[in-house]
Amino acid sequence: MVKQIKFELNGKKVEIPLEAGQSLLWALRNNFNLTGTKYGCGEDYCGACTVIMDGEAVRSCGITMEDVSGKKITTIEGMSVNGKLHPVQQAFVEHDALQCGFCTPGMIMNAYGLLLKTPHPTREQIIDGMEDNLCRCGAHTRILDAIESASKVLKI
Amino acid sequence: MKDNKYYRDEVPENNPTFEVDRRDFVKLLGGGLFIYFQLGEFLTGVAAEAAQQRSLPKDYNAFLHISEDGTVTCLIGKIEMGQGIITSFPQMVADELDTPLESVKMVMGDTELCPYDAGTWGSLSTRSLGPALMAVIAEARGVLLNLGSENLGVAVEELAIENGVIFVKNKKNKKIGFGQLAQGKKIEKYLDVKPKAKDFSEYKIRGKSFTHADGIAKAKGEAQYTGDFRMPGMLYAKILRPPSHGATLVSADTSEAEKLEGISIARDKELVAVLHRDIEKAEAALAKVKAEYKFDEMKVDDQTVFKHMLEFPSEARVVKSTGDIATGKNSSNQILESEFHNSYVAHAAIEPHTALGFMEGDKVVVRASTQTPFGAQDGIARELGLGLDKVRVIAPFLGGGFGGKTMFRQAVEAARLTKLTGKPIMVLWTRKESFFYDNFRPGAVIKITSGTDKSGKISLWDYHEYFAGARGSDTIYDVPNAKTTSYSARNVHPFLTGAWRAPGNNTNTFARESQIEMMAAKIGADPLDFRLKNLKDERMIGVLKAVADLFGWTPAKSPSGRGYGIACGFDAGGYVAHMAEVKVDQKTGKIKVIRVACAEELGFCINPQGATIQLEGCITMGMGYALTEEVKFTGGDVHTTNFGNYQLPQFSWLPKIQTKILDKNEAPQGGGEPGIICMGGVLANAVYDACGARLYQLPMTPERVLEAIAKVK
Repeated sequence: MVKQIKFELNGKKVEIPLEAGQSLLWALRNNFNLTGTKYGCGEDYCGACTVIMDGEAVRSCGITMEDVSGKKITTIEGMSVNGKLHPVQQAFVEHDALQCGFCTPGMIMNAYGLLLKTPHPTREQIIDGMEDNLCRCGAHTRILDAIESASKVLKI
Repeated sequence: MKDNKYYRDEVPENNPTFEVDRRDFVKLLGGGLFIYFQLGEFLTGVAAEAAQQRSLPKDYNAFLHISEDGTVTCLIGKIEMGQGIITSFPQMVADELDTPLESVKMVMGDTELCPYDAGTWGSLSTRSLGPALMAVIAEARGVLLNLGSENLGVAVEELAIENGVIFVKNKKNKKIGFGQLAQGKKIEKYLDVKPKAKDFSEYKIRGKSFTHADGIAKAKGEAQYTGDFRMPGMLYAKILRPPSHGATLVSADTSEAEKLEGISIARDKELVAVLHRDIEKAEAALAKVKAEYKFDEMKVDDQTVFKHMLEFPSEARVVKSTGDIATGKNSSNQILESEFHNSYVAHAAIEPHTALGFMEGDKVVVRASTQTPFGAQDGIARELGLGLDKVRVIAPFLGGGFGGKTMFRQAVEAARLTKLTGKPIMVLWTRKESFFYDNFRPGAVIKITSGTDKSGKISLWDYHEYFAGARGSDTIYDVPNAKTTSYSARNVHPFLTGAWRAPGNNTNTFARESQIEMMAAKIGADPLDFRLKNLKDERMIGVLKAVADLFGWTPAKSPSGRGYGIACGFDAGGYVAHMAEVKVDQKTGKIKVIRVACAEELGFCINPQGATIQLEGCITMGMGYALTEEVKFTGGDVHTTNFGNYQLPQFSWLPKIQTKILDKNEAPQGGGEPGIICMGGVLANAVYDACGARLYQLPMTPERVLEAIAKVK
């Protein structure tokens, strides 16, 4: 009998059959059609696939589905509620903190993870927390500004 | 044939036809007003040149569609990759047509719907397509006024347009909206007298700042890139790759891979792919394919390649020549000879090359992350032996391009596999594949012999550019005896190279501005004064003075120990000048960029906010090629495989960035590239000013910095 993996995804209980070696990234993108979580490098370097797992920002490309059992996962699609942008998303839009937008979901999820841990970070803490998320277009300054301003309105 | 095998060995014999018939836009866009034009007559300059790559359809080109609800759809063959034309083009359209900004919708990069376009590169959208599009819209506005005149029974002269509504000037309630005019119409007529596009003084929406039109969709993760599309029965293809460039496949044994459940094999000549609905299963199966290759590689690596380039038989072309080099040498008081090297760099967009192919009847449709949808259409048609009418390419949002997606290999691969199997096929390159098949910015050598006379004027400039590309090679300074020679050859590099954001100009500006700073130092002149004294171009002088203000430049001879650098240049119609401050750790050789200031002049700026963001991006991205980015290789074996061995700029690198966009009522120019050209030169000059160490090769890695410091001591 095929083992089922049960977990919570964007506030809903879900389950899928366990496929050996399947990563959270591809389960999200293909089983659940949540394509906001991106493949960028497949080896934990770029952070385009960042999601929140049990309150912590993780790289979904490096997590196998066995390890997702019983966990709570939030993806970029779970951030806005009834079409209303999450304060972190809102701050990215207002600060124009993106260009091509491909790294943006990962940036937003990583920033959210950072704010969950450190609700009122210093500029240095933001830089430190975002360091390993890569952006090729060079939206970095605006991303930092966006996170700083989000930290002022976000209630955690 | 087993049902999980798809083989094709024959090359199709029928020749592709490249004639395009009038297409049925009504079917594709629904009802409404269609405004057709012959693009050819509006094309000028660069765009006309580009268009010669393929004969344009003679009978139509639709730039605009106005639906019955007043929505204005602007169709262009360009694509959106973060450069922001999805924001600035609606500003131009709405402003020229007098319709609300919100009513303008862009349809881009679809070969079935959009007029032919050679590609989104060279900062051409605004400066080249822009004027053509504005001329078209001015004519469309004229057509609409004529229709309004017929409808309202009032002469055109008595009519005006505001917010998409045509009204009688002295009787505002006598009016008709664009949408109402659109009902059931299909307009194809030309005006005998072409209206002129608006003057700068009439601009209302152009020149104002707007945030990204696609910002919300992107922040929500809803913007669709090629890899985000799904189709019933879609299979992922993982393709067998050679270990190096110059390796040719001799045999491939797929028997072990075939044993895996759900795997099928597609083979088309040298193209061997394993297919599975699950990308990770396809990848695992690919690892089980055994392949043999024969090797014919170039004996060159990232260290020896510069010597190789100088020795390689090449063709010399004089780009520009003024006066006489011998005269220049005789009149020079000081002469300086230098040789600069620039390494190979990757485009490294975060979105890897991706394509989704599927059949629509006998037509091959490919969604692809490409900067050249029409080029990809050509390429696919040729490869498959199909007419252009049987190939449609659509470029959705691109996750970055920078020149790396002017190539479309992945689109051809998806097309071949979908034609072979009849199934929807997704080709999504791994990061390693994206590095391996990247058209790297070429490594290059620049040799300069230059001189100054007793008065401190540049009297000699003999510039030799090897394989960088000629863009930006001509000196921007006023020199009586100057010559620029460009050397090129086929197959000098062991792999593909090509256009990388401001092609050629990053290398040329690095070499030129380093040399200028060295000449200033040699005669003990302040590097800003020295530049101003040797420049005639008022626009270049304008950006230099503006950046000096912004940065707070005070005169000093270099090296001053302050770590200040200057560089200026010209690219894609735009003028830029940068100043930077760095700190150099003399023990580790590490460079910390403290701040970068830049003044840029792009003629009239359509969206100052968008231009500022491009400039910030150029400064940040440019730190990478200046400080760390370098492709490592031995022959055709590319050692650079992922971001673990290719260092992009990160958050902790960020300097304080100060930007100023100068206003000018001149033709708008492209802003995606100029801001990056000075980054190598400005940082190299700042390093010299900090510690007296001159770096002749980019990137300025700690090892190279330490080596240069050792030479000073």
